[in-house]
Amino acid sequence: MSKGRSMAPVVKRKKLAEVEWKVIEDFCKGCGFCIEFCPVDALEESEKLNAKGVHPPKLKSEDACIGCGLCERICPDFAVHLETKESGGERE
Amino acid sequence: MTVLQEFEKHPLAKYLRLERFPHIWCEGCGDGIILNCFVKALDDLGINMDKLVVVSGIGCIGRIAGYIKCDSFHTTHGRPIALATGIKLANPKLTIAVISGDGDLFAIGGNHFIHAARRNVDMTVICSNNFNYGMTGGQFGPTTPLDSYTTTTPYGNIEHPFNLVHLAAAAGAVYVARWTALHVKRLTESIKKALQKKGFKFIEVISPCPEIYGRRNKLGKAIDTMKRYRQICEIRHGYDPAKAEITIEKIIVGEFIDIEKPTYGELLQKQFLTIQKR
Amino acid sequence: MTMHREVLTGKHLMQGDIACAEGAIAAGCKFFAGYPITPATEITERMARRMIEVDGMFVQMEDELASMAAIIGASWAGAKAMTATSGPGFSLMQENIGLAVMTETPCVVVNIMRGAPSTGLPTEGAQQDVMQCKWGSHGDYEIIALAPASVQEMFDLTIECFNFAETYRAPTFLLADGFTGHLWERVVIPSREEIKTVERKKPIVPADKYVPFKPDEDLVPPMACFGEGYRVHVTGLTHDELGYPKTTDPKIQHELVNRLCEKIRKNSDKIIRTYKFMLEDADVAVIAYGIPSRSSLNAVKRAREAGIKAGLLRLITVWPFPEKQVEELSNHVKAIVVPEMNCGQVVREVERVAKETPVHFSSKIGGEPHSPSEIFEVIRRAAKA
Repeated sequence: MSKGRSMAPVVKRKKLAEVEWKVIEDFCKGCGFCIEFCPVDALEESEKLNAKGVHPPKLKSEDACIGCGLCERICPDFAVHLETKESGGERE
Repeated sequence: MTVLQEFEKHPLAKYLRLERFPHIWCEGCGDGIILNCFVKALDDLGINMDKLVVVSGIGCIGRIAGYIKCDSFHTTHGRPIALATGIKLANPKLTIAVISGDGDLFAIGGNHFIHAARRNVDMTVICSNNFNYGMTGGQFGPTTPLDSYTTTTPYGNIEHPFNLVHLAAAAGAVYVARWTALHVKRLTESIKKALQKKGFKFIEVISPCPEIYGRRNKLGKAIDTMKRYRQICEIRHGYDPAKAEITIEKIIVGEFIDIEKPTYGELLQKQFLTIQKR
Repeated sequence: MTMHREVLTGKHLMQGDIACAEGAIAAGCKFFAGYPITPATEITERMARRMIEVDGMFVQMEDELASMAAIIGASWAGAKAMTATSGPGFSLMQENIGLAVMTETPCVVVNIMRGAPSTGLPTEGAQQDVMQCKWGSHGDYEIIALAPASVQEMFDLTIECFNFAETYRAPTFLLADGFTGHLWERVVIPSREEIKTVERKKPIVPADKYVPFKPDEDLVPPMACFGEGYRVHVTGLTHDELGYPKTTDPKIQHELVNRLCEKIRKNSDKIIRTYKFMLEDADVAVIAYGIPSRSSLNAVKRAREAGIKAGLLRLITVWPFPEKQVEELSNHVKAIVVPEMNCGQVVREVERVAKETPVHFSSKIGGEPHSPSEIFEVIRRAAKA
C-alpha cells in the first residue's frame, strides 16, 4: 500500500550531482514547499526578510544538498535553482 | 547583481519572458508549479520554441501564455481549445499546448473540450484544477466538491462536480493523466509524454488555491494542502478513470489512458492525397 | 488527374452563397471554419468540397463561438481565414469578433442576414443585423462591412473583404441579405491575373527588434505569424506595443483603443465604395444597400419617367459609414429616401449626417423585399413634401 508515500523520500544521502544550490531571495513568496518536501531535509527558513516580507530558504549546511532538483521544480516562483558546478557531473 | 541578472542564471530562463516576472500568482499557487514543470518538460525534450504555441483562456492560469517565450495566445474565456484548433489545422507543423483552468475548460468552454477530444485534434491540454474561480474572487465551478463553500455557494455547494479524467476519456482523449502540484517530477514526465504523443492529450493538475478556495474552506495554507496531497494521493496507473472520482479521503493520480487513434490531421491528410489524385 | 483550380475563370450561373465561397478562394482563403445555418449553409457546403481541392483547410466546428475562435487561430497561423453564418450564429460570434478587433486579426465574417430577432425567419432575407455588425461586440471599435447587391458582388466583394482585412488587420464583414445569398445570377469570374489580392504586411526587422503591436504610419502594425520565429504574445487584454497586458495604465488603453478606431476612420476614403445613379441634378435621393437598392434603381427610373428628379446612392461600404458622401448629397437634395429590410438602422446614420434634410424611411420586414412601386410611392411623397 503506497498511501501517504506517493512521494517516497529518497533517504540515501548520497550526492546525486555536484551542484550549487541557489535562491533568488526577492522572488520567494514564502510558501515553504522547498523546505517541507526536500527529501533530505537540507533547507530551512533564513533569518533574512526579503522585499515581500518573507524569510527565503537557505541551506542548513554546505554539503546538505544532494542535488536531486526537487526544490527547483516545486518552487512556484522560480526562486530556487541548482547550478551545475564546473567540475560536477550531470544533475538527476 | 539585480534580480533579473540572478534570474538569467536559472536553467529554465531561456524559456521564459524574464522581464514579466515575478508572476501574478499568489503564494503557494499551483499555477507557478505547472509553469515550472511545463518549461522543464520543454527543456528536457529540446522543443523548438519557434514552433511551439501556448494557448490559454481566462482565469489565473490564463496568464501562463504570457510568461513562456514562444508564440502564445491569451484568448477569450472558454475558447482556447477552439482557437488552438484553428492554429493547429492551419499550420500542422506547430506543436500546440493549451493550458487553462477548470472553469475555462469545463464550464464555459466545455463544449469545445469534448469536441476537440472527439475530433482527436493534435494538442496537449493541461488543466489547472483548483476547484473554483479564483480570479473573480472564488465562485463555485464545474469541479467544486459537494458541500464546499464559495462566494456563490454560501450555504455549501449542491452541484455534483465533474470527474475531469472520466470526461476526457469518454470524449475520446488518447492520453489522460492526473497529478497534483506536489507530483512535480511525475507531472513533468507526463507533460513530456503528452507533448511527444499524437492526438488529443489531457493532463489534469490538482492545484492549491490557498488564498481563495483554501481560505474559505479552512484548508490552511498552501503547504497544508500540499501535505494533504501527500497523505491522500494514490498512484494507480491504468486505473479506470470512471472510478477515479476525487473525494476528501482519496485522490487517485496516475496515467489512466494511453491509446493510439488516428488524429484529425492524419485522416485529413489521407483524404487530401486521395482527392489530389482524382 | 484533374487540375483543381482556385479561380474558376469564366461565365457561370451561380448562387450568391456559392459565388461568395468562390470569391474567398480566389482571394486566397486557405482556412474556413463554420457551422450549418440557413441561409448561409451553402457557403459552408461549398467550402467543405472546395477547400481540400485548393490545398486549404475546412473544418465544421461545434458552434459559431468555436468557428470564430478557429479562424482567429488560423489567421495567426498565417492563413487567410473566413467563416460564414446568419443572425443567430452572428450573435454567438460577437465575443470573438471583439477578440479579433483587439488582437488585430485579419479575418472575414460573412453574414447572410435572415429575419430576426432570435430564430426569426430562417429562410427569409432581411437587413436586421447592420447595427449589430457595427456594435455587436462590447466596447468601442471600428470594423469594415460591405453589402453586396448581386451575385457578381457576392464574388467581387468577398475578395475585397479579404483585401481590406489583410490591409487593416481588422475583422471585415460581407453583410448580405438572404435574398442576395440565395439568388441565382450570371457571374463573370476573371482570370487569376486580373484579380487583385492583398497579403498582410510582414515585419522587416529581426525577431529581437520586432515590436508586435507598434504601428506604422498607416496605424497598422506589421504582423508576424505563429511559427515564424518572432515569438509573439497575443492577448485580448489591453496591451502595450510589446503585446503584454497593461490593465492599470489609462494611457495604454486610450492609445490602443483610439488607434484601433483611427486605423479604420483615417483610411475610410480608401475603404468606402458607393455607386451613384442620376444624382447630379436630383431633388430626391434614395440611399440603399443590398436587395432594396435594386428595387430602388427601378423606382428611381420610374420617378424620372414621372418627371421627378430622383437619384440613387447605393452604399457598397456600409461600415465605416460613408458620412462624407451622404453629407454632400444632403446639401443639394430636397429629400432623402431610405428603404431598408428592417425597422430602421442605416436610416439613423443617414439622419445623423443629413441634419436638416428630411429623411423618409421605408421599412419592409417579413420576408418580402420592397417592390419598386413601394419605393416609388415614397419618392413621390418625398418630392411633394
